[in-house]
Amino acid sequence: MKNYDVIVIGGGPAGLAAAVKAYDYGAEVLIIEREDILGGILNQCIHNGFGLTRFKESLSGPEYAARFVDEVKKRNIDVFIKTTVLSVGNDKSVTAINETDGVFTLKAKAIILAMGCRERSKGALNVAGTRPAGLYSAGTAQKYVNVKGYLPGKNVVILGSGDIGLIMARRMTLEGAKVHAVCEIMPYSSGLKRNIVQCLNDFDIPLYLSHTITKIEGDGRVTGVVISQVDENKRPIKGTEKHFDCDTVLFSVGLIPENELTKTAGVEIYPNTKGAYVYQNRETSVEGIFSCGNVLHVHDLVDFVSEEAEIAGVAAAEYALSGGKAHDAVSCVCGDNVSYVLPQKIDKNIDGNVKIFFRVKNVFKNCAVKVQSGDEILVYKKKRIALPGEMETVTLPADKIKTLNGGVTVSLEV
Amino acid sequence: MIKIMFDVVVIGGGVVGGLILRKLAEYDLSVCMLERASDVAMGQSRANSGIVHAGFDAAEGSLKAKFNVLGNKMMKGVANALGVEYKNNGSLVVAFSEKEMETLKELKKRGEINGVEGLTIIDKKELQEKEPNISDDALGALYAPTGGIVCPYKLTISAIGNAMDNGAKLKTEFEVSAVEKIEGGYALTSLDGQTVQGKVVINAAGIGTEKIANLFGDYSFKVSGRKGEYILLDKESRGFVKHTLFFTPTEKGKGILVSPTVDENILLGPTAQLVTDGNVETSAEGLLDVQEKAKKMCKGVPFYNTITSFAGTRAYSDRHDFIIEKSAVADNLINCAGIESPGLTASPAIAEYVVDVLVNELITLRKKENFNPNRIPDNFFEKMSVAEKNAVIKENKAYGRIICRCEQITEGEIVRAVTVNPRATTIDAVKRRTRAGMGRCQGGFCQPQVAEIIARELNIPLEKVTKSGKNSELLIGRTK
Repeated sequence: MKNYDVIVIGGGPAGLAAAVKAYDYGAEVLIIEREDILGGILNQCIHNGFGLTRFKESLSGPEYAARFVDEVKKRNIDVFIKTTVLSVGNDKSVTAINETDGVFTLKAKAIILAMGCRERSKGALNVAGTRPAGLYSAGTAQKYVNVKGYLPGKNVVILGSGDIGLIMARRMTLEGAKVHAVCEIMPYSSGLKRNIVQCLNDFDIPLYLSHTITKIEGDGRVTGVVISQVDENKRPIKGTEKHFDCDTVLFSVGLIPENELTKTAGVEIYPNTKGAYVYQNRETSVEGIFSCGNVLHVHDLVDFVSEEAEIAGVAAAEYALSGGKAHDAVSCVCGDNVSYVLPQKIDKNIDGNVKIFFRVKNVFKNCAVKVQSGDEILVYKKKRIALPGEMETVTLPADKIKTLNGGVTVSLEV
Repeated sequence: MIKIMFDVVVIGGGVVGGLILRKLAEYDLSVCMLERASDVAMGQSRANSGIVHAGFDAAEGSLKAKFNVLGNKMMKGVANALGVEYKNNGSLVVAFSEKEMETLKELKKRGEINGVEGLTIIDKKELQEKEPNISDDALGALYAPTGGIVCPYKLTISAIGNAMDNGAKLKTEFEVSAVEKIEGGYALTSLDGQTVQGKVVINAAGIGTEKIANLFGDYSFKVSGRKGEYILLDKESRGFVKHTLFFTPTEKGKGILVSPTVDENILLGPTAQLVTDGNVETSAEGLLDVQEKAKKMCKGVPFYNTITSFAGTRAYSDRHDFIIEKSAVADNLINCAGIESPGLTASPAIAEYVVDVLVNELITLRKKENFNPNRIPDNFFEKMSVAEKNAVIKENKAYGRIICRCEQITEGEIVRAVTVNPRATTIDAVKRRTRAGMGRCQGGFCQPQVAEIIARELNIPLEKVTKSGKNSELLIGRTK
């Protein structure tokens, strides 16, 4: 076994795109993937809608992944499948385990963290009641249906109107289940508008906004749930209870970047995203360790995952082959109505525009994105509508970056 | 068909029944355990605080006090032999008023009478040094260095597994519903019509001990349920507290505790609520109560790291003490009832007394020559060095395949759980033995794979795999 210029942890869309770009830059690249095949979570997303921006086509998840897997296969990129990384060192060592090599440690000049995210579990919500079979996170149900070929249940209630919940509402219906309700604790859905239409409206599945599940019933298997309306503090309102008989409950209650390995490497985590703090080239607080994709911040569109991963791939290869350059960075922080910004550090020593990604805290109409440094407004962009469920971008031009002498704030003026 | 008459039948697969079974297995006896659920450790032994109490809490002269202090001393040795983690992390009973500080002095005195060693009253400063996250309102505490923590279900599973390795038999999904006195002993019949015969019967059925005793015509005690709800925090919060923190007890009871677990989670709870039917539902009020009380004990409780909540039901007797005695009504029946807190702590001592004293009066006990008190820990792999792990993987490549990412559990360990005594046959049984599914994603990633492994090893279709036994199938069938 050899050491590599760049080791990519995760063979999903982020890892694949990053590996290809790192290789094309000239680096020796290894992808480490824990599943049996490359492709990541896209392998179970058999619905289409992927690639509209990047390829101007509407692809299914596996098709989008295949585009990148093909590119990897055309190149001399090493791939370890069925291999799980156990820890990443501050010194860019990677310890992993698989059936043929056992536990082993490799060293790299640069590492790209592309581990993706996991679903928040029902356990984190403190839902009262019993703990029967038939409760699944939406992604687990999706795995059973789309990959294993099994139906979890026939009478479904879904908590969470994020994209995964919406997609599974349609998927279960298409497999012959009855989806009785989709509940959403917020007064708005965080899913893509097109999913509300194509997954709920088209199938007459009722959406209960400002509602949550307050009780689960059933001993061996779930038999029913109670839902309640909630107030502005997300507390259930007495008297608004509704009961549904069901044998399955799907929870689509949030995605959490899977940064356990990131922490073993001593990389600093930005609490607003639960992903790493990064510069615009996606380098983290540890020199030579880069991060991209859902492990950095949860994306809505895989097209942007690929774009971001390509930035990280090039930067990691450049670091591996030419060494790091000194940073001259200013901070980029959240202003009014913005819940997170990325990158959080803008390095003046890196040429080029910086596309800043951010999310807003609420639904805002007729607003404007404002990027300012001190009193100077650098960018001002009017927007008809901004939603928490749709990641926004604003570009800071290169010439404005060069002349920065203080931090930058991104806010939404309403 | 000739039915075999076991020398001893133990009804109830909890920690008390389990340690009794193991003690019985030391002797030349045929023994069988009957458990009504699909796995052992599914009653109180599954959902409790896992505390090895120092022994200052129980009333002087009570059986609780006697067996608590004895059991506390035995626990380390028993846990070691069975390959189960035991941590002597120490307990702190925290006082929030001068009146409570006075109560601590009484507790200390009581503890000393009960035979507890090392009890000290510490002041606010020392308390804050021991526990930096303690509430600013805490004035001081009673420090009990002999307090510890253990995993109650792992102890139960390991004890029963060890007993079975030494010849004991286990029948699960056997709910005793009828008892008939026959020549030489009793015939015990299950709900679904199976029969097991035994000369001596030990009733260690937890919340069901009253019903079982009644079947023998023994109406000498009543058992009621008191439910406790818990919240569990992710391992990321490890170190938030190091000792087990108790509120100063009032007439209402011990209150909740804030404690690390042996697996490095943080456990908050339990509440106390009378229940009639041993139900283990959590409630919005109960979980809120746990949170409020935890906030009273500590500052900055990391609730955002909640990974699950659950409830257990304590079985308490109308004698307000353990009932560990031969039945006055039914020959050769030994009742172990009302074993609520400090039951877990007391269990090794109870087992020793039940077998070496009570069973001894009924059957001649001859020690086995080849009794092996040791069991390989279910988590042996994680304790190994890299070189040792690689040797195992070379022999059996399934140990090189991680199935549960959150807890880093391999396929080899999951297959082993379905193979060694007491065999796991459900998702929850695998979870209790291996921790697969107990991490932060709570089985979101690994459950389908664990299910596939169970199906493969038991040679059953995937749709027959259950979470915890009958009527808890995961799937209803294939997709179109």
